[in-house]
Amino acid sequence: MSAYPHRHLLGIEPLEPAHIQAILDTADGLREVLDRPIKKVPTLRGKTVVNLFYEPSTRTRSSFEVAQKVLSADSLSIAAAASSVQKGETLLDTVKNLEAMNPDMVVIRHASSGAPHFLARHCRSAIVNAGDGAHEHPTQALLDALTLRQKKGRLKGLRVAIVGDILHSRVARSNVWLLSKMGAEVVLCAPPTLMPPGIEALAPVTYRIEEALEGADAIMMLRIQTERMTGAYFPSTREFHVRFGLTEERVRRARRDVLILHPGPMNRGVEIASEVADGPASVILDQVTNGVLVRMAVLYLLLGGGEAA
Amino acid sequence: MSPRLLLKGGRVVDPSQGLDGERDVLLADGVVAEVGARLAPRGAQVLDVSGLVVCPGFIDLHTHLREPGREDKETVATGTRAAAAGGFTAVCAMPNTDPVNDSSATTRALLERARSDAVVRVYPIGAITKGSKGEELAEYGDLRESGCVALSDDGRPVASARVMRRALEYARAFDLTVVDHCEEPTLSERASMNEGPVSTVLGLRGAPGAAEAIVVERNVLLAGLTGGKVHIAHLSTASSVDAVRRGKARGVRVTAEATPHHLLLTDQAVKESGYDTATKMNPPLRCDEDRRAVVEGLRDGTIDCIATDHAPHTVDDKRVEYDQAAFGVVGLETAVALCLDRLVSAGVLDLARLVALLSHRPARVFGLPGGSLATGMPADVTVLDLRRRREVDPARFHSKGRNTPFAGWILEGGPALTIVGGRVVWKDLPGPRR
Repeated sequence: MSAYPHRHLLGIEPLEPAHIQAILDTADGLREVLDRPIKKVPTLRGKTVVNLFYEPSTRTRSSFEVAQKVLSADSLSIAAAASSVQKGETLLDTVKNLEAMNPDMVVIRHASSGAPHFLARHCRSAIVNAGDGAHEHPTQALLDALTLRQKKGRLKGLRVAIVGDILHSRVARSNVWLLSKMGAEVVLCAPPTLMPPGIEALAPVTYRIEEALEGADAIMMLRIQTERMTGAYFPSTREFHVRFGLTEERVRRARRDVLILHPGPMNRGVEIASEVADGPASVILDQVTNGVLVRMAVLYLLLGGGEAA
Repeated sequence: MSPRLLLKGGRVVDPSQGLDGERDVLLADGVVAEVGARLAPRGAQVLDVSGLVVCPGFIDLHTHLREPGREDKETVATGTRAAAAGGFTAVCAMPNTDPVNDSSATTRALLERARSDAVVRVYPIGAITKGSKGEELAEYGDLRESGCVALSDDGRPVASARVMRRALEYARAFDLTVVDHCEEPTLSERASMNEGPVSTVLGLRGAPGAAEAIVVERNVLLAGLTGGKVHIAHLSTASSVDAVRRGKARGVRVTAEATPHHLLLTDQAVKESGYDTATKMNPPLRCDEDRRAVVEGLRDGTIDCIATDHAPHTVDDKRVEYDQAAFGVVGLETAVALCLDRLVSAGVLDLARLVALLSHRPARVFGLPGGSLATGMPADVTVLDLRRRREVDPARFHSKGRNTPFAGWILEGGPALTIVGGRVVWKDLPGPRR
């Protein structure tokens, strides 16, 4: 059996720990490629990848594009605003049109949960979920895991606090699946209005950030989206910062060597204080490099799988 | 005048008369002429139904025929053929058409269309409020006189308690039941499924069961206050069952229906199907605890009948992102077979109970003729074949809608013969007799 037996990457939930391990190991193995003077290998020459982005994204999209360039895949990025979507074309029609170009892979970011599953049902290409609604963002969880493993040498037994808007966060869901599958200890913290129902079945929950941070090896902060700030989920950004924000003082409850992760973009002064975001514990920029690596690994395993790199 | 038809050698199950045994049934002049052992009338056409079960015609209190206005989704012709093929001899047509059926003119036009195109009886349901906007009451006197059998703003829940109170009061003058799709919209805004652990995992916006139960409680209280008759459409949560049960216990005139999909499926189906929009309807599929409570409500009599909420949609309305897809599933052609296989064969309900839930009891809820094989009742008969095995194949539906979560299910038992007013409108008899 191959290291990654799936045709798509729709989420972390359906993966076995061994599959996650395979992606992370592959990413680590590719690290040296980025240190070469000429950062390009011919691995995916002749393969076509379409990046279909229905939501604005700078980080994820450019990360996929860099990964594709390094591996020599031919890629095409379509942003919803610049495509026929604005003319009212359905997702199905867009997909059928893309498919006429016969791409080997479609990377999709979409505001509707399950959009990648829809594509997987209606087209022949390999599908990679680059974030769907509040469902999953698997490559983000993988890059977070790669970062933790790089800095801590392991995932098993790490205590990780995930703090912020859990309700609307696909990053939180993917991370909860990944970290618990890999044997880390996860604790979730948000005001009750931003905690999805039944999440306790997946990870313990607390409404007190001090408790969540106690002894943490890593803190993952989630972005509070601007539109939620006025959505009656909490009274004010001021109170949110005072009660649930990550401040220097609160970071001291965690282990001395704690790592601070944020999927970006950050709201400084809301979920995270600038001193923390820019402080020594922050690995936010390492996440960006590791993002390229896990996306290279996913491209490689789904498109080049089995052959030598 | 329709010919005399003798159904010979079948097992007659007619809960309205407490009858379950081998009898012949003679239909003549559009009514049940006689039910008895070994009848031998002169000049009657004889249909051998030995080995089959003869029941009063099944009545669906909750059907969306989509005509007028959305003939691309369904028409009176296709919807009533689907009903006949599914064993229903009468359907109650919900008024959320375009235009909304809130006037005698629209009601008459629908009945006119039914006279020319329908193969089963069509009973119109009128709107509670003008345009189903939830503001001003529709003209109930006119609606009743032109043929409406009940009132509903289905799909557009009556948000205002004051309007619902006035509707229940005013409807008393015309002895009309008010049917409500119970949903507190501020709790279900933009929801695509049930709120709970499954919606959390799928990242879909959910509507909590409380969004329904709050309005069920309100309606039971208002029916108690006004003395009006309220019927709870497609009840789907444990708390809703509980509210109806308590209401009935204190004598409130409340009735309720449940759909096969809420009786048989849970929100896990959304996950297991990989976001298949055939699992999207409103109210949504709930958790198993709710599902079991609805089944229990059906068993203990809290829920009065099974209704389909047959809601056909075009492929285009369903083959989109889950949160963009239209709500609703078709049900007319699967309901009876599903209930026979998954409720009767599974031992949840006995056959007589199921027949009552599909015939006599829905007739009683709206005060419709039929639902019984007593002498002089309309000659509407559903004949069941309990042994037939069929796979649910949407490609073979008579309905224009293909949106069913039951595709591929293999079901034992189903309708074999549907007779309306003494005429056979659907026949699917076992092999040798064909």
